[in-house]
Amino acid sequence: MTTTETPLDAAASALSLYEQMWLIRLFEEQALDLFRRGLIRGTVHPSIGQEAIAVGVCSVLRSSDGVLSTYRGHGHCIAKGADVRRMMAELMARRDGYCKGKGGSMHLCDPDIGYLGANGIVGAGMPIAGGVALSMRLQSRDDVAVCFFGDGASNQGVFHETANMAAIWKLPLVLVCENNGYGLSVPTSYACSITDIARRAGGYGFPGWSVDGNDLPAVLEITKTAVARARAGEGPGLIECKTYRWERHSALSRTYHVDPTDATNWSRHDPIERFGKWLVQKGWLDEPIDNQTRQRAAQIVSEAVEFATGSDEAPSLEALSDVYDNVI
Amino acid sequence: MSMTMLSEPNIVPSAKKELTFAQALNESLREAMTRDPSVFLMGEDIGPYGGLFRVTEGLYQEFGSQRVLDTPITEQAIIGFGVGAAMVGSRPIVELQFSDFMALAMDQIVNQAAKARYMSGGQLSVPLIIRTPVGTGLGSQHTQSLEAWLMHVPGLHIAMPATPYDAMGLLRTALELNDPVLFLEHSMLYSTRGEVPVDPYKVPFGEARIVRQGSDVTVIAVSSGVTVAAKVADELAAEQGVSVEVIDPRTLAPFDMATIVASVQKTNRAIVFHQACRTCGIGAEIGQRIMEEAFDYLDAPVTRVAARDVPNPQAKSLEMVVLPSEQDLKRAINSVLYRSPA
Ligand SMILES: Cc1ncc(C[n+]2csc(CCOP(=O)(O)OP(=O)(O)O)c2C)c(N)n1
Repeated sequence: MTTTETPLDAAASALSLYEQMWLIRLFEEQALDLFRRGLIRGTVHPSIGQEAIAVGVCSVLRSSDGVLSTYRGHGHCIAKGADVRRMMAELMARRDGYCKGKGGSMHLCDPDIGYLGANGIVGAGMPIAGGVALSMRLQSRDDVAVCFFGDGASNQGVFHETANMAAIWKLPLVLVCENNGYGLSVPTSYACSITDIARRAGGYGFPGWSVDGNDLPAVLEITKTAVARARAGEGPGLIECKTYRWERHSALSRTYHVDPTDATNWSRHDPIERFGKWLVQKGWLDEPIDNQTRQRAAQIVSEAVEFATGSDEAPSLEALSDVYDNVI
Repeated sequence: MSMTMLSEPNIVPSAKKELTFAQALNESLREAMTRDPSVFLMGEDIGPYGGLFRVTEGLYQEFGSQRVLDTPITEQAIIGFGVGAAMVGSRPIVELQFSDFMALAMDQIVNQAAKARYMSGGQLSVPLIIRTPVGTGLGSQHTQSLEAWLMHVPGLHIAMPATPYDAMGLLRTALELNDPVLFLEHSMLYSTRGEVPVDPYKVPFGEARIVRQGSDVTVIAVSSGVTVAAKVADELAAEQGVSVEVIDPRTLAPFDMATIVASVQKTNRAIVFHQACRTCGIGAEIGQRIMEEAFDYLDAPVTRVAARDVPNPQAKSLEMVVLPSEQDLKRAINSVLYRSPA
């Protein structure tokens, strides 16, 4: 085959992944800033430092594949192809936001691109993703469902229920655990009975892979394997992406890392910087292209803020609609 | 008079057949699966076994293991998988073996199914039907009536059919709704028989049934309580000349308040009769709404006849102490009429 197998096989598509990573980074830095300035209500859960996972995983998905995400989901949303302007408008509670102000940062959703919703309940996206996978199977589609969740969520009962049912039915479900070292304040090493969460897949008889979640090509490669298996009807897989949460849990949280030096260590493993080096080695990235890429990402973010600011506040009647479809 | 409760005044006479409540459900499921390939069933022991109460009997044999899915014992996943499948084009009808088990799946019912449409600004739909029995006779963990929990959550539809006719007609309507429906079936009703038209018909959500006309007092009853209320009404008419109007809301969400208000305007007295615990049961809500919407018409306090606030005991002699009886209802009716019981 001469066709491009992955976006990493060609300069243009590889560079677009790089730009996506920057877009996520800058979007979230902007969101945190807007929160500090009182322009975003509630909170913001940044995924800064985890961009390689969102971008690496989604880069092998089709828009008809379904993604379920979490409150720490801006990256997944962007990487699945969402309109950043409507995302920002939602964070800022505007009428042009994806959810017309009813969802906010924690409930972003764009079914048209297969982004079936972030979730505020730790672990709750897993069985929903299982159901999406089941429906795809029943409709004889060869699409897959992907669920992002944290290390903490892997301790929820629903992880077990979902893994077991997806396994007995060999559903096209890819579980992506972002092990960022913490569940809010509690270190994963304390809360998880094992070091490699991927090993939990063994209990259900499907493969689990632990991968360096800050290494985009590695994430992409393993996702390709898991997705291909799922599409071929070989059943679910669990990918554990080891990464690190640079920021506090959410914009509301007190700064609390058990070992701050740990964080400094991991900061050196900036996934964007790493992928940049990979691109340089390929001969696809140099300083001018790098600057252009960042500038484009920055431009998209500032246009998003402009768009959101220019959009009206969600109209008050919105509060009462969309509870039911059928008005009876 | 005792036949009033099974007759359906608002339908054109047509060929009828007699079915049990379980058969009526079974037929509606078969019909839905035949008509709509996006409909599938999922739940515990609903496959070859046919369901604990035989509601899915024969469907596995007819539609196969890909349309009638036996699940592991995994309530959170049963509901959660239903939510996800419903979001992307399927119409799952899932069974929770007992409604008490909703407690294990409450996140998926309350935080996911009920709120997906709203949180997404109308982008997501969850056309999921959850069928589940309420009941009596099986102790504290298998016979609760928890409908008030559900009625408290915006985004859910709730049906509580009392007859085979309503079971069939409401399930047909449920299949046309694009939001989650909790379909609560009383286990003591499954074997009761009633007439249903041979031709397809539907029972709309949000339309109460006046089970029995009356002028002295309005009794609002749901599920298996409807039969009891109608019987009590018949007896009081014969024994004491008291005219009781019995109303079955049939669905709790949406809720037909207009029919109740019109009735109270006529009778000036209202009693809510239900098998669920009294405190914060649906009687509290219905009673309060009568106060708000028909206060000027009331000649007596709105009264609740409901279960005592204790768990369901296993022994029949003890359960009889806890659950509201025909006698309790009769007493309440006499009390709001300021009469001494005969
Ligand atoms: C069911 C539930 N329990 C607790 C919380 C509060 N909470 C939100 S995020 C979080 C930590 C989750 O950690 P993890 O799954 O590792 O994901 P991360 O936040 O690190 O991305 C907690 C405790 C919640 N939202 N939902």
